[in-house]
Amino acid sequence: MAEPTQDGRKIGGTLLEVKNITLSFGGVKALTDISFDIKEGEIRAIIGPNGAGKSSMLNVISGFYHPQQGEVWFRGQKRASMRPYEVARQGIARTFQNIALFKGMSTLDNLMTGRITHMHKNLFWQAIWKGPAEREEIAHRERVEHIIDFLGIQAIRKTPVGRLPYGLQKRVELGRALAAEAKLLLLDEPMAGMNLEEKEDMCRFILDVNDEFGTTIALIEHDMGVVMDLSDRVVVLDYGKKLADGTPNEVRNDPAVIEAYLGVGH
Amino acid sequence: MDHQSDTFPKLLNDNAQRFASRVAMREKDYGIWQSWTWAQMREEIVALANGLAALGFQRGDKLAIVGSNRPRLYWGICAAQCLGGIPVPVYQDSVADEMQYVLEHAEAKFVIAEDQEQVDKMLEIQERCPNMHHIIYDDPRGMRSYRHDHLHDFTEVQALGREFVKEHPEYVNQEIAKGQGSDISIFLYTSGTTGKPKGVVMTYDNIIMTARNSANFDKLTQYEEVLSYLPMAWVGDHIFSYGQAYVAGFCINCPESESTISTDLREIGPTYYFAPPRVFENILTTVTIRMHDAGKLKQRMYNYFMDVARKTGVKILNGESVGFSDKLLYSLGNVLVYAPLKNTMGFSRIRLAYTAGEAIGPEIFDFFRSLGINIKQLYGQTEAAVFITMQPDGQIFADTVGVPAPGVDVKIAENGEVIYRGPGVFHSYYKNEQSTRETKNTEGWVFTGDAGYFAENGHLKIIDRIKDVGRFNDGSMFAPKYIENKLKFFPHIKEAVAFGHERDYCTAFINIDLEAVGNWAERNNVPYASYQELAGNPQVYQMMLKSIEEVNRSLASDKLLSNSQIHRFLILHKELDPDDGELTRTRKVRRRIIAEKYGVLIDALYNGSKQCFIRTEVTFEDGRKGAIEANLHLMDVPTFTPVKEAA
Repeated sequence: MAEPTQDGRKIGGTLLEVKNITLSFGGVKALTDISFDIKEGEIRAIIGPNGAGKSSMLNVISGFYHPQQGEVWFRGQKRASMRPYEVARQGIARTFQNIALFKGMSTLDNLMTGRITHMHKNLFWQAIWKGPAEREEIAHRERVEHIIDFLGIQAIRKTPVGRLPYGLQKRVELGRALAAEAKLLLLDEPMAGMNLEEKEDMCRFILDVNDEFGTTIALIEHDMGVVMDLSDRVVVLDYGKKLADGTPNEVRNDPAVIEAYLGVGH
Repeated sequence: MDHQSDTFPKLLNDNAQRFASRVAMREKDYGIWQSWTWAQMREEIVALANGLAALGFQRGDKLAIVGSNRPRLYWGICAAQCLGGIPVPVYQDSVADEMQYVLEHAEAKFVIAEDQEQVDKMLEIQERCPNMHHIIYDDPRGMRSYRHDHLHDFTEVQALGREFVKEHPEYVNQEIAKGQGSDISIFLYTSGTTGKPKGVVMTYDNIIMTARNSANFDKLTQYEEVLSYLPMAWVGDHIFSYGQAYVAGFCINCPESESTISTDLREIGPTYYFAPPRVFENILTTVTIRMHDAGKLKQRMYNYFMDVARKTGVKILNGESVGFSDKLLYSLGNVLVYAPLKNTMGFSRIRLAYTAGEAIGPEIFDFFRSLGINIKQLYGQTEAAVFITMQPDGQIFADTVGVPAPGVDVKIAENGEVIYRGPGVFHSYYKNEQSTRETKNTEGWVFTGDAGYFAENGHLKIIDRIKDVGRFNDGSMFAPKYIENKLKFFPHIKEAVAFGHERDYCTAFINIDLEAVGNWAERNNVPYASYQELAGNPQVYQMMLKSIEEVNRSLASDKLLSNSQIHRFLILHKELDPDDGELTRTRKVRRRIIAEKYGVLIDALYNGSKQCFIRTEVTFEDGRKGAIEANLHLMDVPTFTPVKEAA
């Protein structure tokens, strides 16, 4: 049953659920028995101090790591162990903590790569190009142009990404993830290393994406102010364990969280 | 002889027939230039007009236009005019409070806003504007969660109109037929740099006759391409992108966004272009810097052929005769340098470019003309529907603004002020009888507030604002801005302040341009640690001395202003700064404040001393205050005896 939030957005049933995930690298336990869910249409934050296992968690969801124990349920189905591109095809897109764009390619081309999972014409048609493959690309280009318009990056459409300032590169990366038309968008520290103005812009875009396309968003972020303002629910990790889970207010007042993350006496 | 339509909606009907399949408007959207023919554009405008009527828009109602150059906002202007209403374009970057003043003053009942940003401003001020009933928005992005009874999507209004027309098929046509030339067509608010903005009321006759005259003057045709990028609230855009476009039937191109203007310019390659001098200056600076980074061969080619262009280009453009070998060399240069350069600037197809607003440096002006770009100057203001004087082809001078525009009478009043009358002269200031009377006398002459005179060749020369013009002790004219502009044309002089009112001779403060002079210092191994040190450097003084001498030489040949030669000058130890109140935010010199603050220095300029000590308060960027002290040198400049007129 969908229940509208204060600002009128609709939050639906569970989209993704992780159950009792345990992930270890050799003797190091990165994640221990983690369970939480992400509901359709919400902005879900994963926070925690350095080394808490946030990125590992995201990598598990995106299929990059395979946990030794536990299950990932996506859209009501238990997910078998799969390759990242298979996960992408299911409708999960992500950005990276360190920008992972094709630096020599233009913004437009980078965004077009986000459409690859949606291209259906095989190598043969791609090689012939004229006809079906061309029509398909035009349709994809149109989607991409809507994203360019949405993110306000028309002026850098033809600029090689490597020449862009950091904040814009982050925006292009968000654009590429959007181009994949994901059901679930994973953002790994979308605001790391940005100045205040860039952060404000990025916040606006994240809220707009969620509002305009109804995309569910899971994000990792260090900036506590950003997390508290942006997200509907927060899950807190520390040393690979789940410390708390709830609305920003609940989490903020949780004594265990205050001790582990915010530090004692703050 | 074809009949002459006297309102824009009638012109729209004409063009929809005459140029049915010609493109009237383009907008770059989603990376592609979308276009509308005159017939399609008429359909869109009529649908909007019907929609407005369905929402209750009445004859005489005002429709505010808030946003950047978008086809739908231009359609809004015409749709309001179809119904006998009055469009009121507003400067889109004004803050909500400034908009409130204009919207309240104009009593706007309807608003067409570009996007969420503008709608937010409207909603913010709506309570304080009791007349504002309906807000229509163009771009629906981010508007999904807005719940508001009087907020409408543009396409919904058009859909409403397409329903409305089924029941009232003749309504809009009847309303269009009721309109006539003497009706009010638009309110154009002045930008309000001095006090509250004033609403300049224009009739159809004002705009259409001026547009027609100027289009004939420059032989504009339906084949022109124009990029609309200047604010819609500015009279210039209303004439170039609306008035002349409807009269001549040419095509208007709306850029994708503010940040893509230069790319869009290249893609469109306009044939007719307007830009303030600053834009041309920036283009030249960019070209110069990029040529410095180019390879040796390219640099040599560029330098060689630019010399050729300087020698022959302007002559060729003016239609003067040029030797055969020069002509040949110029066409070679065109293939190798000029054409590629123009392509980079987006000026490949340019037939006519205008600049106005302030003085343009002669080198900048000549640079573009020598490349074969017909850039001309005009002198105008909102109250005249732009054109007061313009330069006819072949009679282009960098220091004059041309001859009176067709149908316009221009003369110099006894106090030296430029006054004019003509078909474009505004109807009145809206709800401001007093200002109307002060600006326009009973015979229809309008006072510009500018001082000027006609040169021997019949071209008008603008000197300064009349209130700034002073007299030397011997009674001859002192026009500070004119002298300062001449100084500022030198790239290493950033700012200058001239003194001379009620004095015996003229003196000046100079502000060096840190970038240009710093660059020179680096290349010539002149060490410096601060602005102050560089400004006090003897070699820098010599450099300034040379420039001022040049200014004096040119002033000596000016019969009215030969007394204004600069006798003494000093280089200021700090940059004049808006933060210290020495300049306005638009970087105009605040004479009174400078005279108070630097009184010691001005006295020193007139008492013959060689040095002067000064302590000045400065405000740092974080708001803290401090003081800088300096011992400034004062320097004499040679002057020249006025050149006698050749009989």
